[in-house]
Amino acid sequence: MDQMIKKQLEVTACKVRMGVIEATYNAKSGHPGGSLSIADLLTYLYYVKMNVDVKNPDMHERDRLVLSKGHCAPALYSVLAQKGFFDESELKKLRHIGSMLQGHPDMKGTPGVDMTTGSLGQGISAACGMALSGKISNEDYKVYAILGDGELEEGQVWEAAMFAAHYNLDNLIAIIDNNGLQIDGKVTEVCSPEPITDKFESFGWYVITMDAHNFDDIERAFDEAEKISGKPVAIVQKSIKGKGVSFMENQVSWHGQAPNEEQYKQAMLELSEQLKGLEG
Amino acid sequence: MSEIVKKATRESYGEALKELAEKYENLVVLDADLAAATKTGIFKKAYPDRFFNCGIAEANMMGVAAGLASTGKIPFASTFAMFAAGRAFEIVRNSIGYPHLNVKIGATHAGVSVGEDGATHQCNEDIALMRTIPGMTIIVPSDDIEAKAAVEAAVLHDGPVYLRFGRLATPIFNNNNYKFELGKGILLKDGKDVTIVATGLMVCEALEAAKELEKDNINARVINIHTIKPLDKDIICKAAEETGLIVTVEEHSVIGGLGSAVAEVVTEYCPAKVVKIGVNDEFGYSGPATELLKAFGLCKENIIEKVKQSINNIK
Repeated sequence: MDQMIKKQLEVTACKVRMGVIEATYNAKSGHPGGSLSIADLLTYLYYVKMNVDVKNPDMHERDRLVLSKGHCAPALYSVLAQKGFFDESELKKLRHIGSMLQGHPDMKGTPGVDMTTGSLGQGISAACGMALSGKISNEDYKVYAILGDGELEEGQVWEAAMFAAHYNLDNLIAIIDNNGLQIDGKVTEVCSPEPITDKFESFGWYVITMDAHNFDDIERAFDEAEKISGKPVAIVQKSIKGKGVSFMENQVSWHGQAPNEEQYKQAMLELSEQLKGLEG
Repeated sequence: MSEIVKKATRESYGEALKELAEKYENLVVLDADLAAATKTGIFKKAYPDRFFNCGIAEANMMGVAAGLASTGKIPFASTFAMFAAGRAFEIVRNSIGYPHLNVKIGATHAGVSVGEDGATHQCNEDIALMRTIPGMTIIVPSDDIEAKAAVEAAVLHDGPVYLRFGRLATPIFNNNNYKFELGKGILLKDGKDVTIVATGLMVCEALEAAKELEKDNINARVINIHTIKPLDKDIICKAAEETGLIVTVEEHSVIGGLGSAVAEVVTEYCPAKVVKIGVNDEFGYSGPATELLKAFGLCKENIIEKVKQSINNIK
């Protein structure tokens, strides 16, 4: 990857993380851990891959993103705000009464949100429907679906996995955020969805693994995904829950807890230092 | 006298989909391995490229329908009522109802008239479940003519629609001048002593019952409520005020269905006695459909008896 572009993406991803902290701190609730683990992915998709128009969010031929792990909405909102779908000041109103930013994504209320999600396992089915629609009408948009590794415990995910392979939905790319943690603990201890790659392969998907926090590797994975035809692609991204904020990293307690004032200040300090380092 | 022609509304559903396909090019059909039973097979045969079998996976089918609708297609997601409203309830609520997506749910094999398959497949709860979803339109057609008109009305309506069809062949009693108006009840017979409000395959039974009641000098009004949500409040209130007694009839639980919907309106806006005929908080069982309907009191004989009883109780 071009080093200038890479640096720019890292800067943006850092700002996206700051938005996550800002939003969940002001909401006094929300899910920072899993939001931080997909910040780089969302940045790459919205800034490199996806054909979207902030002035025309409903543009029919746009690429679509379904955040099947809808509780990580703060990351999606933050990247949409960075991109200019709405003003950044909205982030501070996350989860407040009357806010356009609901606790989980609401496609009818927030510009740039392509599907209403939040109840786990459902987004991937909707993404299949969008991809199928593209096939029916011979359109060439792509559909990206982001799932949690814990989410794979939902049976509906595997109904959808069967469906996507059966209808050869090669315009669908599902990214599994494999941070290894869910609310009750390690995914391998709660009710293990592993081996994730083998499962998707046996369901007829082309599977790629990638480092979720390295833009060179992210680009390699998506370049490879683009070459696949005839079957859906699953990218299993190895990620760190809470990535970017030292005291949140790999801590299951940060799945669904907002930072208090002191933690907020500490997190923002760390992220601004990272930003300074990148920009400096 | 001409012979009564009978047809199951599921058959009308399959035929209507096929008939409407050319006119509405965005119409697509999904099924969950029941195309032969839901009659979407009729559509599949004519338009194989617009039919998608989802396999025995109703949750995913509803989600796929949501995705299709979000991109401008008009998907009809079809399976038995038990699985459409029951098994997939939460997907219908969250992926279709909450974002108010333009998905049409074609639910067949509703009620005890499923027959021999028994309780696991006899859905008496679907109207109740669907009624609780904000913005959901619920249509229960009473015969072939109404069913076909309802399918087109569903296509023309922007938003989620739950269509409830039956397995059993029932009389076609509406005539060719029939006009379907979403959300409007139909006054089939005027009357001043009592109003029988019916839906689905009970409408024909209600009409028959009303005819026989005339012999005993009971002048019953009959209203067909094909759209349970949004409910036609005006026609219900007028009936409550003018006849003072309403008997509801539905092939559904007395909890949460047509009877409840009517009672909600009557108690709030036009208090009058409401008597409910339906499945009384119990599961069904196996047997021939027509015998089951009789056993559950979903027949003209029981309507006549309940009407007489209710009139006597009021006096």
